[in-house]
Amino acid sequence: MPDNLVIAVASGKGGTGKTTIATNLAHYTARLGQKVQYLDCDVEEPNGHIFLKPKIDFSGAVTIDVPQVDLEKCTGCGKCGEICQYSAIICIKENVLTFEQLCHSCSGCWRICPADAIKPKPLNIGDIEFGKASGVDFVGGKLRIGYVRTPSLIKEVKKHIKEDHLAIIDVPPGTSCPVVEAVRGADFVLLITEPTPFGLNDLKLTVGLVREMNLPFAIIINRYGIGNNEVEKYCAAENIDIVLKLPDDRRIAEAYSSGRIIVDVLSEYLKQFSELYEYIKRIKVGINDKRRLRVRRKNKSGFRSSSSCTQDP
Amino acid sequence: MKEIVVISGKGGTGKTSIVASFAALANNAVLADCDVDAADLYLVLEPDIKQTHDFSGGKLASVITEKCIGCGRCEEVCNFDAAVFNGPPNDVVERTYTIDSIACEGCGLCVHYCPVDAIEFKDAVNGQWFISDTRFGPMVHARLGIAQENSGKLVSLIRKQSKQIAAEQNKDLIIVDGSPGIGCPVIASIVGADLVLAVTEPTISGQHDLDRVVELTKHFKIPTAVCVNKYDINVKITKAIEKKALERDLKVAGKITYDIAVTKAQIAARSIVEYSSNGLKDQIVSLWESVLDILKPS
Repeated sequence: MPDNLVIAVASGKGGTGKTTIATNLAHYTARLGQKVQYLDCDVEEPNGHIFLKPKIDFSGAVTIDVPQVDLEKCTGCGKCGEICQYSAIICIKENVLTFEQLCHSCSGCWRICPADAIKPKPLNIGDIEFGKASGVDFVGGKLRIGYVRTPSLIKEVKKHIKEDHLAIIDVPPGTSCPVVEAVRGADFVLLITEPTPFGLNDLKLTVGLVREMNLPFAIIINRYGIGNNEVEKYCAAENIDIVLKLPDDRRIAEAYSSGRIIVDVLSEYLKQFSELYEYIKRIKVGINDKRRLRVRRKNKSGFRSSSSCTQDP
Repeated sequence: MKEIVVISGKGGTGKTSIVASFAALANNAVLADCDVDAADLYLVLEPDIKQTHDFSGGKLASVITEKCIGCGRCEEVCNFDAAVFNGPPNDVVERTYTIDSIACEGCGLCVHYCPVDAIEFKDAVNGQWFISDTRFGPMVHARLGIAQENSGKLVSLIRKQSKQIAAEQNKDLIIVDGSPGIGCPVIASIVGADLVLAVTEPTISGQHDLDRVVELTKHFKIPTAVCVNKYDINVKITKAIEKKALERDLKVAGKITYDIAVTKAQIAARSIVEYSSNGLKDQIVSLWESVLDILKPS
């Protein structure tokens, strides 16, 4: 069984079925006795819990470091404002202003302050939850409304990947920093698309991203039959595997709408997920060596992230 | 001049299809695609690009291999794991550092702390933005580079350019296509707008995501209306969404049925109102009229 394997489920275009695939795959493989973990990294709009319905055992706040200035000690030298690239700390006439929402926690200001007047203080950017859902180990992040540190929260969720599990990461839509953070270090990426012009356009962008990051990947076409065959032509021309075609079936849409797992209510789709699972089992063999290298590197740097969960379980 | 932003929280609810139809229905509007991560509006509006500009949202560090002494100070100060000890040898050391440009967030600490000034700090090209003509009027849009950051800054830039064009050409409306989620590009696309139209679908996910998006617009005090797309997929949830909107004092500006013509119009590179002549078109026209009505000064 593919233990110690990290699969990211991504898409580019939103609403193509990432969560459907990720939750069904987790649920289905757990039923077969696979040790499986589902990690919801779509922290802006997390929906995995709607389908997996986990019993939450534990939750905690996730914080990042932002500067706190001790005005008693501050000499108004302005070095903090000079080093900050994000305008998160500004020094105007011996007055220091901080803008926490713009801060990237690079630590520049508190490192450089010659008067030792700046200290990092925690800023709560969201929550993380841990639970169990019919055999699936559940971890989910949820960004606080009005906060922008999506990648930091994703990083925190990914710290809880269990090495002896099949870990399934539900990636946010798009192609920029949150997606990069969510797929980084995955052993394999499943790209979900739909056979429409928007689906294809966004698929191409995401393929560009995973290629840039040197990640092996394959494609799943959802709502197969709804549009045209351009996605298939593209995959053939680019020599990309299509692992699964999930048909455009109103019953799937209806099951989804009420938060149900497809493989539980429409048993004819068990076959598709069984094939997907078989495909995943085969992936491992091909990239095992690469992975060992990656894990070594990861251990060396020891997840030196600036984010932390205040109550690690 | 009024600015209306179409967002959704959940992806794939039909933002872009609705914006393209609004573009066709509006007489005097500037169009702005602020979904810079996955910009699709151009596929329907087929813009004729008049101006192309590079977009730089920040800087990136890069090691000058010949100068690097492999001391590791860059790795020590980097909070983003971007300094990697995997570079080629030079005259001094067997191995040098490189900066992983995907991981680098452009903070410049390595540049500052490098004892031998071996790290350069250059403007990053994060993407391109365009001013174009379309069959419905001027359009400002962009393409974010692969695995790039600063999408929020690019969104702000597109909105600023759109406003400038609207002022120059005497346009009284700006229609903005937003991105999914509630994070930095979404915040950048809605702050200061006159109206947000939140497009949702009647699924538990859609409902849940709408809750978060509406909390966001409330946080930034932006007037918000709701549209339920594909409402007949689950009439029960549609009713629940309408009820909750009412409780929150949000207007439901329209409901649209699930119709394969939406996909067919997309394939034909036409907006729904150009492609379809049945009830679907009427629903979108009525949604648009309702949006204009909300925008009217009371």
